[in-house]
Amino acid sequence: MLEITGLEAGYGDVRAVSGVTLSIAAGEIVALLGPNGAGKSTLLNCVAGLVRPWAGAIHWDGEDLRALDTHLVIERGVALVPEGRRLFGGMTVQENLELGAFAARVWADRRAALDRVFALFPVLAERRRTPVQALSGGQQQMVAVGRALMASPRLLMLDEPSLGLAPRLVDTILKALDAINRAGVAVFLVEQNVPAALSLAHRGYLLEGGRIVGEGSGAALLADAHVRRAYLGPLAVRTENAP
Amino acid sequence: MTIIAQQLILGVLIGGLYGLAAAGLSLVFGVMRVLNVAHGELIMLGGYGAFWLATLLGVDPFASLLLVIPGSLLLGALLYWGLFGFVVRAHEETRVKNSLLIGFGLALALHALAVRLWTADERSIPTSYSGAVLTVGDLAIPLVRLATLAFALLLIGALQLLLSRWRWGKAIRATAEDWQAALLTGIDIRRAYLLAFALGTALAGAAGTLVTVAYSVSPSIGLEWTLKALIVVVLAGLGSMIGTFIGGLVLGVAEAASAATFGGPYREIIGLVIFVVVLAVRPRGLFGR
Repeated sequence: MLEITGLEAGYGDVRAVSGVTLSIAAGEIVALLGPNGAGKSTLLNCVAGLVRPWAGAIHWDGEDLRALDTHLVIERGVALVPEGRRLFGGMTVQENLELGAFAARVWADRRAALDRVFALFPVLAERRRTPVQALSGGQQQMVAVGRALMASPRLLMLDEPSLGLAPRLVDTILKALDAINRAGVAVFLVEQNVPAALSLAHRGYLLEGGRIVGEGSGAALLADAHVRRAYLGPLAVRTENAP
Repeated sequence: MTIIAQQLILGVLIGGLYGLAAAGLSLVFGVMRVLNVAHGELIMLGGYGAFWLATLLGVDPFASLLLVIPGSLLLGALLYWGLFGFVVRAHEETRVKNSLLIGFGLALALHALAVRLWTADERSIPTSYSGAVLTVGDLAIPLVRLATLAFALLLIGALQLLLSRWRWGKAIRATAEDWQAALLTGIDIRRAYLLAFALGTALAGAAGTLVTVAYSVSPSIGLEWTLKALIVVVLAGLGSMIGTFIGGLVLGVAEAASAATFGGPYREIIGLVIFVVVLAVRPRGLFGR
């Protein structure tokens, strides 16, 4: 469904992504793991059309996304929950969510979409008239995920959705992503919280220094020695070596 | 005491037009991060539009709003396609600089055009009701100026409604808050820019019509109105059209009070004092986010 081949991208003279090739099939949950500055956000922003790649191809159902402006990428059924949520702080929960259905393809059905988001995050229904800047971080993240869902995407991309959230809220978000996926939406998850991401993902890629350095199923990556050493910390390695 | 009260009333009446003039500038700056220094010249053009409709076709100046507003919308769209649309392609930090160059150039061109078409003379639109006055106790309220205040409030209200209810109005607000997030919700932000600029120009045209019917118009009023609008935008802050309108009233009253207290020449100085004080004490303005 999404095919990225030989992607090169960066900012100014600084290369952030070099020669990345990866793919996501319909209905999959794919995690993209890597340290800060590995190029994860750049990669997502290239797919969303916020960053223009230097070279390589991004194909979505056979169509090259590189030529499209962001609003047209959204129109094609790809949505991104950006890092730091980027909500419209002065607007209410409902206004933020409704704007998520701005694409012509979904605008007429925004009431039904709103009900689906409220079913997924009931707390948002209670707070629909509240300005989002008055919400807690966890609720704001729910609005961010909900806003992206309002576009009825077939691929939902998320950039660090667990950042700054308490473990209980991370769990809520992950459960929601699982439910979204069961409804047929493919999920592309960028995370630094590796155990959380791999507990959910069917497959994962490791991105370091802008290059893919490993890939495999969620379970295989969780068991991988390099992943354990680099991302799960000394505790995990010690457990592995324990008698 | 009566004289001062009379001055303050006149201050409120012109303040409504300051608010309306500032609303267009605020909308364009808030959404596009482009400072249109030719905003006053667009006000001037709106004034001459009403002047022409009145003298050539005998259209009542208030009724001429029905033609001036759509005409200004179209002019705004043309200016966006021809000039300002290129500026928004630039990075946000270079936008203001580029827009200043384009704006000053446009202001000079429109000024020259107005002198050519309408001469440098001051013009006004005399009507049968021009001299009508509402008397309250010792105070005299010119009816035409009162009507311009009402129209200004009406237009600001209509704009507020448009921005809060209309699908593209919401898109304009979203783009003003965070253009990248707006893109991610599927908004074509170039179109939001175009609409904001056209609406801003329409507000300028309407303000110019009201200025001309209550006061007068000449090719050189542009800079003065750009300056007043800029002071109100700084005073009120971005993000609330009602706040901008109130900011206009505050400037009008402050000017009248300073003229009544210190003498006529101080009318123009108080606005600049407000400008500096607000920037020093509360840079986001009275009602800004």
